[in-house]
Amino acid sequence: MAKYQVLLNKALCKSCEICVELCPKKVFGRDKTGKAEVVNADNCIGCLICEEHCPDFCIEVREK
Amino acid sequence: MREVYQKIFRDNLPHIWCAGCGNGIVMSAFARAYDKLGLDKDKTVGVSGIGCSSRITGYLDLNTLHTAHGRALPFATGVKMTRPEFAVFVFMGDGDCAAIGGNHFIHACRRNMDMTAIIINNYIYGMTGGQFSPLTPFGSKASTAPYGSVDRNFDICSLAIGAGATFVARGDVYHTKQLEKLIIEAHEHKGFSVIEVLSTCPISYGRRNKMPKPMDLMNYIKDVTIAKERADKMTAEEIAGKIVTGVLHQSAAVEYNEAYMAMVEKLEVGKNG
Amino acid sequence: MVEARLVQGNEACALGAIAAGATFYAGYPITPSTEIAEQMSALYPKKDGKFIQMEDEIASIGAIIGASCAGAKAFTATSGPGFSLMQELIGYAAMTEVPIVIVDVMRAGPSTGLPTLSSQGDIQQARWGTHGDHSIIALAPASVEETYLMTIDAFNFAEKYRTPVILLLDEIIGHLKERFLITPDMMPPIINRQKPQAGQEFVPYKNTQELIPALPDFGEGSRYHVTGLTHNEQGFYSSKPEIVESFINRINAKIEDNSEEIFRCNGYNVEDCEVLLIAYGSISRSAEEAMNNLRREGINVGLLRPQTIWPLNEALIGDACCGKKAVIIPEMNLGQYAREIERCAPDDVPVVSLPKVDGTMIFPSEIEELVREVLK
Repeated sequence: MAKYQVLLNKALCKSCEICVELCPKKVFGRDKTGKAEVVNADNCIGCLICEEHCPDFCIEVREK
Repeated sequence: MREVYQKIFRDNLPHIWCAGCGNGIVMSAFARAYDKLGLDKDKTVGVSGIGCSSRITGYLDLNTLHTAHGRALPFATGVKMTRPEFAVFVFMGDGDCAAIGGNHFIHACRRNMDMTAIIINNYIYGMTGGQFSPLTPFGSKASTAPYGSVDRNFDICSLAIGAGATFVARGDVYHTKQLEKLIIEAHEHKGFSVIEVLSTCPISYGRRNKMPKPMDLMNYIKDVTIAKERADKMTAEEIAGKIVTGVLHQSAAVEYNEAYMAMVEKLEVGKNG
Repeated sequence: MVEARLVQGNEACALGAIAAGATFYAGYPITPSTEIAEQMSALYPKKDGKFIQMEDEIASIGAIIGASCAGAKAFTATSGPGFSLMQELIGYAAMTEVPIVIVDVMRAGPSTGLPTLSSQGDIQQARWGTHGDHSIIALAPASVEETYLMTIDAFNFAEKYRTPVILLLDEIIGHLKERFLITPDMMPPIINRQKPQAGQEFVPYKNTQELIPALPDFGEGSRYHVTGLTHNEQGFYSSKPEIVESFINRINAKIEDNSEEIFRCNGYNVEDCEVLLIAYGSISRSAEEAMNNLRREGINVGLLRPQTIWPLNEALIGDACCGKKAVIIPEMNLGQYAREIERCAPDDVPVVSLPKVDGTMIFPSEIEELVREVLK
């Protein structure tokens, strides 16, 4: 069972892909429009790299 | 959005910045640092100039002054002198601070008034579409330097140290934890503190300089920076071409408002005695 | 007992600022205004005020806007070239409706010009120096006592109308030393900015019937945003035509619609005279002398002496000019105010400019000569 929940507010996402590239566990992918989407939620280790580097405040990582 | 952000934002996102712009990352680090500092929002003033990064004050739920191009520091000086107990944070861009505001900047460094200046350096004038600034590296391309800039650039941190700033640090938008820590240390320093933040402008800088994607600039910043603790142990050859981050300078000097109040007290003693 | 003493115009300005409740001064040295900075540097540390010498005039006006946002009545003083440098932020203060007072001790220009000699060449710069459509309040005292009292008026107008106010001294008034005796009955009441009412929702730039929104100080709990961008009632950038238009109209109307209250002047024999002189600042004293001399000769001359330069009370000036054989405007520039008077005067009244730009004052004899000539 994954320890973390990755919440994504797509309305704020501008498709910069920083989260996709920086996540060490490949949690994020891209949807058809190019916006971020959570593809491997279970891999999340709660390092917060995505949250702190998202320029648009789309991501929140929560401990379950 | 995490509570730490909700607490200090005005609830008017999305912001105006482009995809991959570092301004949001700086605002995020500032919000976390601000939360840890535990300051009173009513007694905090955010001041900014003009440019992309200066729009940051519009999103922060503080007393905020979005001033004129280059003029953030004089406004902040008036605020701080009137209410020395206020926490004052000044946000400026590279062109804003180092070109049109350059004179104000060196004099603010010299005066040593207790406030924190955060210079968001994305190497370019973003708002006007990518002209070179005094911090654009020599040789880089810009809309007004289509063949590469022949204008030598400032090292704004060295300039700040030379002008007398008592706390000078450099952070960047890749090393977010370090940036958060630097903002806290800068505020806690008594006197004029300066943080240069290396940031990203994929649209106006990156695309002209073979780094078109947001991650290209992120990787550039990751590769070019080196923490001061490591740099101190390296030879000049080893750190050639690197940009040192961390607290670059800290010294003690009399703070302006304290000097002013000491003068006032002296006059009162003279009057009564 | 209060005794009369000799006081300089610039010093009276400094004392007037303190009497108005001003507690913050930022400035940069420039002739012929520097005595004001020197006075403030000596007085404020002893009177709970703050003085700072900034790196230039742009920084000086920036600092006083910041100080005003933080709750201080704040002012700066400068002259010609420095006044030119301040123009951008005069527009900022007009746009953001931050009360400040700018004292401009006019010297001859353009450019460095004649730093130590007098002029009234900044009349139109005071009105239109900054870009964009805005209104402004500008006052021009004609004596040392009036400089003191009108410095208080300047702060009162700034606070009441939330606007930059320009106090136009000329070098002659700034450096004039004369009898100074202010008695309590001469003192205007002190006006302070209107604060938001407790318990009511605070909308920073609310367009009410009074046209002037309440202004809280930073630190009082009404955290709001100040920007030189065109903004909506909440204070945030907007480019919506209807919001832009209503905002620009409001910041102009709050002054222009009150021009009757703001425009102050003295009249001498205005109604029954054949020739009307309109003069302000130091030159109004030459005009008064000329009027008295001519009346002794049996020539029926009157004088209208505006204390407020901007906004004009166009109806009042038009009425004053009505039926005159001529209206003469002596001023130390090439006719900057004369054109305004011409605009207000009835078409059949000749409006004659008496300009002078050589650094010397206009003498009564020069005015008398012109009056005799127009009556020929």
